[in-house]
Amino acid sequence: MSEHHEQTFCSKYIFSTDHKVIAKQFLWLGLFFLAFGGFQALLIRWQLAYPEQPLPWYLLGNLFYEGGLMTPDHYNVLFTMHGTIMIFWAITPMLIGAFGNFIIPLQIGAPDMAFPRLNMISFWTMFLASIVLLASYLLPEGAAAGGWTSYPPLSTPVGGIAGEGQTLWTLALTLAGTSTLMGAINYIITVVRMRAPGMTYFKMPLSVWGLWLTSIMNAIFVPIIAAGLILLLLDRTIGTQFFIAGGLATVEGGDPLLYQHVFWIFGHPEVYILILPVWGIVSELLSVFSRKPAFGAKVTAICMCTIVVLSSIVWGHHMYTTGMSPLLGKAFMFLTLLISIPSSIFFLNWLGTLWRGNLHFDPPMLFAMGVIWVFGLGGLTGLYNATVTSDIYLHDTMFVVGHFHYTMAASVLFGGLAAIYFWFPKMFNKKMNPLLGKIHFWVSFIPLNYVFFNMMVTGYAGQHRRLYNPSEYEFLAPISDLNISITTFAIILGFSQLIFAYNFINSIINGEKAEANPWKANTLEWTLEGPIPHGNFATTPTVYNGPHEYSNPAVKDRDWIAQSEPMPT
Amino acid sequence: MSEALAIKDPFGKATTGKLGMWLFIIMDGLSFGGLLIGGAALRATAPSWPNPGDLLNIPLTGFNTFLLICTSFTMVMALNSLEKGSQSGLKKYLALTMAGGLVFLGIQVYEYYHFILDGFIPSTSIYAAVFYATTCFHGLHVLSGVIYIACILYAANQGRYTAHDTDHVEILGIFWHFVDLIWIFVFTVIYLI
Repeated sequence: MSEHHEQTFCSKYIFSTDHKVIAKQFLWLGLFFLAFGGFQALLIRWQLAYPEQPLPWYLLGNLFYEGGLMTPDHYNVLFTMHGTIMIFWAITPMLIGAFGNFIIPLQIGAPDMAFPRLNMISFWTMFLASIVLLASYLLPEGAAAGGWTSYPPLSTPVGGIAGEGQTLWTLALTLAGTSTLMGAINYIITVVRMRAPGMTYFKMPLSVWGLWLTSIMNAIFVPIIAAGLILLLLDRTIGTQFFIAGGLATVEGGDPLLYQHVFWIFGHPEVYILILPVWGIVSELLSVFSRKPAFGAKVTAICMCTIVVLSSIVWGHHMYTTGMSPLLGKAFMFLTLLISIPSSIFFLNWLGTLWRGNLHFDPPMLFAMGVIWVFGLGGLTGLYNATVTSDIYLHDTMFVVGHFHYTMAASVLFGGLAAIYFWFPKMFNKKMNPLLGKIHFWVSFIPLNYVFFNMMVTGYAGQHRRLYNPSEYEFLAPISDLNISITTFAIILGFSQLIFAYNFINSIINGEKAEANPWKANTLEWTLEGPIPHGNFATTPTVYNGPHEYSNPAVKDRDWIAQSEPMPT
Repeated sequence: MSEALAIKDPFGKATTGKLGMWLFIIMDGLSFGGLLIGGAALRATAPSWPNPGDLLNIPLTGFNTFLLICTSFTMVMALNSLEKGSQSGLKKYLALTMAGGLVFLGIQVYEYYHFILDGFIPSTSIYAAVFYATTCFHGLHVLSGVIYIACILYAANQGRYTAHDTDHVEILGIFWHFVDLIWIFVFTVIYLI
């Protein structure tokens, strides 16, 4: 890897094996789909607030639908693709693809990933998956419309939704899963094998812990959903009937519930796959901007490990209403509620980090503190969904939508933005405008809370999560004004992201050159002067200190010491 | 660097590539696990399940199983020859392993061909669906294995491997033994019980 080839444009920026370039490729892919999926959310909200009224000019309704009018079929496509894209094409590439690639080798002092070429193939597989997914929009009957969970029989050819969109959806997801698995192999082996001397597991920054555990979960659970998706694909293409039963089936023995089990055996851990990197990143950022060691860092890491284990045995809480035996329901409820123990512990550790810290409210810190708030609310509302008695009422209502948007969408979005603001100087060697960053935080934070909190209110009032037209139900009439105000705030939230887009792109082009360590952080990546060459470290660093050594009294005249500096005695 | 800071590696001298292959095999095993357990779940709830012996040609597939196990042996011999420094032995045994894999695939295709002629196709019954999904998934692994061996054989022909540089052959061996091992499970679950 140390040999230097003459690099063409193609080998440097397109088919590069440099983890830093691949990270940027994933970042652009993720940001593109984040905008795409986010825009779809606004269209969904418009329909819920102003059912069957033409979309306004600023939502480009005329471009997508004849006369700007959305039909029920269009609506089904919208919420299906919004969920799919946000989870697998926005969050996964942004957090795991981009920051996993960027942070892991730099923070553990490695020259690159363990398998650089596999890393490149991982990105291009994801790119292929994106093309397959986007191509499904060009089909005459449109893209997949069976919900992001694609339960049979909605997703099966008999009795399901017409068109081949679902087939391409299944294929695209299988490809995206393959890409994720290649990434997972890389991340796990890199952490196991390529840590710099002195970098023991507990000296790894918590971001690396989060990303590493996420990769372990990916390695365990993505193969299982891959098997399920293959069976679904066979059902759709060669006429098997794995998931078709009852009056729709021509042979006996198929079972739609089997799909739900397989889906959620993967699907529940997937929630933690998405949130674990954020937990790690937030733990680290809080420590940097409080100028204090992360409170109970070891315990936080152990709690994250505990959650990895627990998350694999709780999938049944998505299926309380499928006629599950009450005893099994109780068992799943108990196991699910157990997760609140490790979650509360590291949540307390976050507060402990902040406690009496020397807080610096830079944009990354604001977003990290935003995560504390939204994840706290999301976590607490999860208890109602975990408890059988309340979940039977709340199941498939907007309450669930509000809950998982708080935990998965809001936390992960804020975590991802915090990471972008934090590592932008290292990624692009430019500064972002901090004032615009702070404005971006407040114009995102307030509408976001309004939107997701009130979604839970509408769900509590009984609004079903995939309802096309709430005005058809008399009992939902009292909340029609609430639906309108949610949509207004959602549109504010959506369009305020333009501030970020401007700041991001403008800073790359016109930004001031950033110094090597603008945040006075102590992890290894900040010891490098940018732009970092292919191969990262000129000499392999030796690690002496823990990842969060701030305000150590042994260090005179500054409040941090790099991990690779020997502690003065 | 001082000795105290050196990292203790629990995986000893195993190369990074080997660890990667082991991890891949764990993941692949979970995919097979998903298929086999899914099939078992369908069987547990199905109103009727045929006796595989009535539908399938067990002796033929039994021979196929024996053949695949033999190719595991030739794969071991290939590595053994290389470690002893015998380039011709390496190439001979790799070619034998590949040939075994190809015969295995040929017999599987022959089997499929006759089933399809007899009208036993994936949409015939839930058993047929499980049968085709699982055996075809395994067959694709054998096919990838054969292509993989072909690549390594090509490199061996160029003299890329020596008695001190056996890593690529060993990694290939891990994959091939896995494909054999998993077939024992598939054969047992789909054909025998």
